[in-house]
Amino acid sequence: MSTPRLVALLLACGTAHAAGPNLGQPLTHAELAAWNIHVLPDGTNLPKGTGTSAQGASVYAQKCAHCHGEAGKGAVSAALVGAPPIKSIDATKTIANFWPYPTTLFDFIRRSMPWQAPRSLSDDEVYALTAYILAQNKLIGENDVMNAETLPKVKMPNRDGFTPRFPNLMPPRSGRDL
Amino acid sequence: MEKFQPVAGNGLLDRRAFLRGGAALAAAVTGYARAEPLAEAPWSKEPGELVPAYGTPSKFEKAAVRTLSNPKGEPRTSHARTPHQLLQGTATPNGLHFTISHAGNADIDPAQHRLAIHGLVKRALVFTPETLSRYPLVSRFAFVECGGNSAPLFSPEPIQATVQAIHGLASCAEWTGVPLATLLEETGVDAKAKWVIAEGADSPHLSRSVPLEKILDDAMVALYQNSERVMPGQGYPMRLLLPGWEGNMNVKWLRRLELTEQPAMSYYESRTYAPILPSGKAYQFYFIQEVKSFITQPSVGFGMKGPGFYEISGIAYSGNGRITKVMVSADAGKTWAEAALQEPVMSKSFTRFRIPWQWNGGPAVLQSRAWDALGNVQPTRAEIVAQRGVASRVPPPTAFPSQHYNAITSWAIDANGSVRHVYA
Ligand code: HEC
Repeated sequence: MSTPRLVALLLACGTAHAAGPNLGQPLTHAELAAWNIHVLPDGTNLPKGTGTSAQGASVYAQKCAHCHGEAGKGAVSAALVGAPPIKSIDATKTIANFWPYPTTLFDFIRRSMPWQAPRSLSDDEVYALTAYILAQNKLIGENDVMNAETLPKVKMPNRDGFTPRFPNLMPPRSGRDL
Repeated sequence: MEKFQPVAGNGLLDRRAFLRGGAALAAAVTGYARAEPLAEAPWSKEPGELVPAYGTPSKFEKAAVRTLSNPKGEPRTSHARTPHQLLQGTATPNGLHFTISHAGNADIDPAQHRLAIHGLVKRALVFTPETLSRYPLVSRFAFVECGGNSAPLFSPEPIQATVQAIHGLASCAEWTGVPLATLLEETGVDAKAKWVIAEGADSPHLSRSVPLEKILDDAMVALYQNSERVMPGQGYPMRLLLPGWEGNMNVKWLRRLELTEQPAMSYYESRTYAPILPSGKAYQFYFIQEVKSFITQPSVGFGMKGPGFYEISGIAYSGNGRITKVMVSADAGKTWAEAALQEPVMSKSFTRFRIPWQWNGGPAVLQSRAWDALGNVQPTRAEIVAQRGVASRVPPPTAFPSQHYNAITSWAIDANGSVRHVYA
């Protein structure tokens, strides 16, 4: 889109309602709460709560191991532990050898797992499972506590392993980008 | 008779040969074979079947179905591929549109579905499918293609599989819906907003980050697909349509759009749809489905019925705009002839190309190569492989050794008329 169009849109929106059908209903933050689950890489929108690897181990054994294998070694579904070197374009991507951000792990477990019953875990359980998987991968210590403060600070080994295909299509980076 | 002289090697004829010449001249090329005497058939001598409420294809067309990668719904992704070799034209029938679902097709009651738009907006708003249907609607054709379509061509050896298996994760439809620019005019856009994170109401709550500029350019909330409501496998009751952009970003079962300063770095953008490069780095945020074409008839599985006349036909498309030219070769790229493009040629949509061919019965290698309105040309396989690498081993036909393969596909025809997939 042309920048003038965006500017026009922003100006139009600054004041009164646009001249469209206006059939949407206003939505408050409270009404949105159950759906408001995006966690951003800088930690924005991480919920309250906390968890450790030890707590995560028991949830994992109960709710994850039958697909992802004992201790995350892999079974019918992918291994969650291990970092085989990336030596070819069809190499196996894992959390430890590929994922750039630790927040993605929390976000994905919370929105998508366990596969047959997503959104059934408490935020504490998601923090605990995140801690367990990161600790099994030796990306955090055994006793490190994961919460909204500590999780975004975890350094992922492949953090700088990416490049956009068409840099000109990427929005300009903002102060909030990591 | 001049126009029936080949215009390129191995019997390719002028694309206009049959436009003005008429059928009589076709006989000059192919010769007539004597017909059987005609008779009244059983279905001409009694009334036919009951007329159904919802029509389905003839029982003689049972082969024209999608192939399924996960027919029992095991806990993994399900793929259903479009049978290009059995279709003509450019609009994929709704039941044959490819589908990829990461945890089955959500079964959504439209009366309870909501679309929320919030984040860096002036007013967060929520819409029902019913209210969205009352907005001024727009219709447009657009192809949707999975970022992993054509991935078998990264194999070190050519995989013997049909065009459906190799290129079946791309389809094209007329989509009708509400332009997102209209809805964002009503919510207002905060000057800090740069991305829109789209989320589905399916069980993985699939989410992808889209630059705001694309959203305001030509994105729509699609409610209809080829005139009927969007199919469950396409996101009923509504999907995000990003014409020309990576299929997975066209979030199905769309329930939420959040305007942000940063991308989410969701699972599917930071891990799954990030193809590894030979350097060990990976592309992240590929966005565009680049210019591509492939021949659908003849292709693997096609029974050539001896030397004579055939029409070579296929599909071309580009996420950058309209297709401007398709060249076809019957001699593995040594010589090329320009194919006819079926009008109307539409931006970011399938374009059907055709060229007449007089097969002399000898070995031939068929290829097609497309150009788009931005001047991009479809690469050769050697070119893409030089940049993007080759898989370390021959993968199963349904695997994804990498993504975003848009180079040339080659079909070899042997003297006995069988068609093979080759690298040429
Ligand atoms: C019924 C089987 C099943 C169960 C149980 C299950 N998962 Fe999964 N998991 C999957 C599937 C299938 C995928 C792939 C999803 C996709 O690609 O769309 C996956 C993917 C993942 C991934 C991404 C792995 C990668 O590297 O790509 C993580 C992390 C994960 N699951 C964590 C969990 C956790 C934690 C639990 C327990 C709360 C769990 N899973 C329970 C089936 C399961």
